[in-house]
Amino acid sequence: MSDHMKLYEVFLRSKRGLDHKHVGSLHAEDAQQALEYARDVYTRRSEGVSIWVVNSSDIVASQEDDCESFYDPHDDKPYRHATHYQLPDEVNNM
Amino acid sequence: MTRVLTEAELEEKFQARIDAEEKIEPKDWMPDKYRKNVLRQMSQHAHSEVIGMQPEGNWITRAPTLHRKCILLAKVQDEGGHGLYLYSAAETLGTSREEMNDALHDGRAKYASIFNYPTVTWADMGAIGWLVDGAAIVNQVSLQRTSYGPYSRGMVRICKEESFHQRQGYHIMMVLMRGSDEQKNMAQDALNRFWWPSMMMFGPHDTESAHTAQSMKWKIKRQTNDELRQKFVDQSVKQAEVIGLKIPDPDLKWNEERGHYDFGEIDWEEFKQVVNGNGLCNRQRMAHHIKAQEEGKWVRDAITAYEEKKRQRADQAAA
Repeated sequence: MSDHMKLYEVFLRSKRGLDHKHVGSLHAEDAQQALEYARDVYTRRSEGVSIWVVNSSDIVASQEDDCESFYDPHDDKPYRHATHYQLPDEVNNM
Repeated sequence: MTRVLTEAELEEKFQARIDAEEKIEPKDWMPDKYRKNVLRQMSQHAHSEVIGMQPEGNWITRAPTLHRKCILLAKVQDEGGHGLYLYSAAETLGTSREEMNDALHDGRAKYASIFNYPTVTWADMGAIGWLVDGAAIVNQVSLQRTSYGPYSRGMVRICKEESFHQRQGYHIMMVLMRGSDEQKNMAQDALNRFWWPSMMMFGPHDTESAHTAQSMKWKIKRQTNDELRQKFVDQSVKQAEVIGLKIPDPDLKWNEERGHYDFGEIDWEEFKQVVNGNGLCNRQRMAHHIKAQEEGKWVRDAITAYEEKKRQRADQAAA
């Protein structure tokens, strides 16, 4: 069965104003069916007000192994953080 | 049977949703004027982030230490990133980035008038971080509660990243105020030049503001220009005092009854002049933005050409 059906990733917005969040995946023939299945299997308890489905094969992901080249350069930049700047107590809530 | 709702009914539902503090999301029905109003505000905000890179970029090569240079680079990089968040969020309203850019270039879209003032000394980097980013944060904290979902989420992200901007600026001022007389004068001079333009960042008085009433009703704005300006004054006075700076306003004084500082009147004629293109740097800012876009064209063309080549190779391999 799954040989014939595409894999879709499902994202739910739990409440207006919040980001869609990944909740899982499912198999479906097409996007419309994926939406209906997502409604059936991921929102049985009103978990969402909006559903996104995306073909899993369309997702391009970075690899754990890329971590060094992706993120290492940030470790020596503490000045990007507010706490790096020592200010007098009276105005430290800035 | 479902009946197609009339425009008035749709608008009533829309307003009810806003009154209930619910966010409006891109695919929701919204009145045309709401769409236009949010787009105007978001694109103006995005343009301000990007044009705002110029006055600070002016000092990257001349920062007094390597450390300050790293900080300034990181800050200017953040501003570019914030422009991106805002343009992307604005694009969910159905207007392309190119259209927004064109509107900026032909003057239909505005950006914050503060960025039309020149940055002539290193202390200006201090004044901008402390006051200009300080004023922007007052505004943006309030906008985290704006009714348009993508704008609100963008503001949350930006506010999180922005707090270092104000602190590094204040830190520059603090260090200068511990220095020589010349350095102290430089800091005071920067405050003198940037105080009033910072006050203008909140826009015209509520009674004069063309968009405030409708924007408040639709909760695009959550606090009025005058409310936000008052908040900015109240927080800045103490900050100036602590490091020995004097805010250049003879009418500035604590009002016990109101529980706020009273302050003098803004030179609205100057505000009008700068907004309408006659500030010291308006032409320079726009010319630079257009030049950067033109000079970057070959890079964008190269990316497209490379993609095309990759596609052709893939097609050949498949054939």
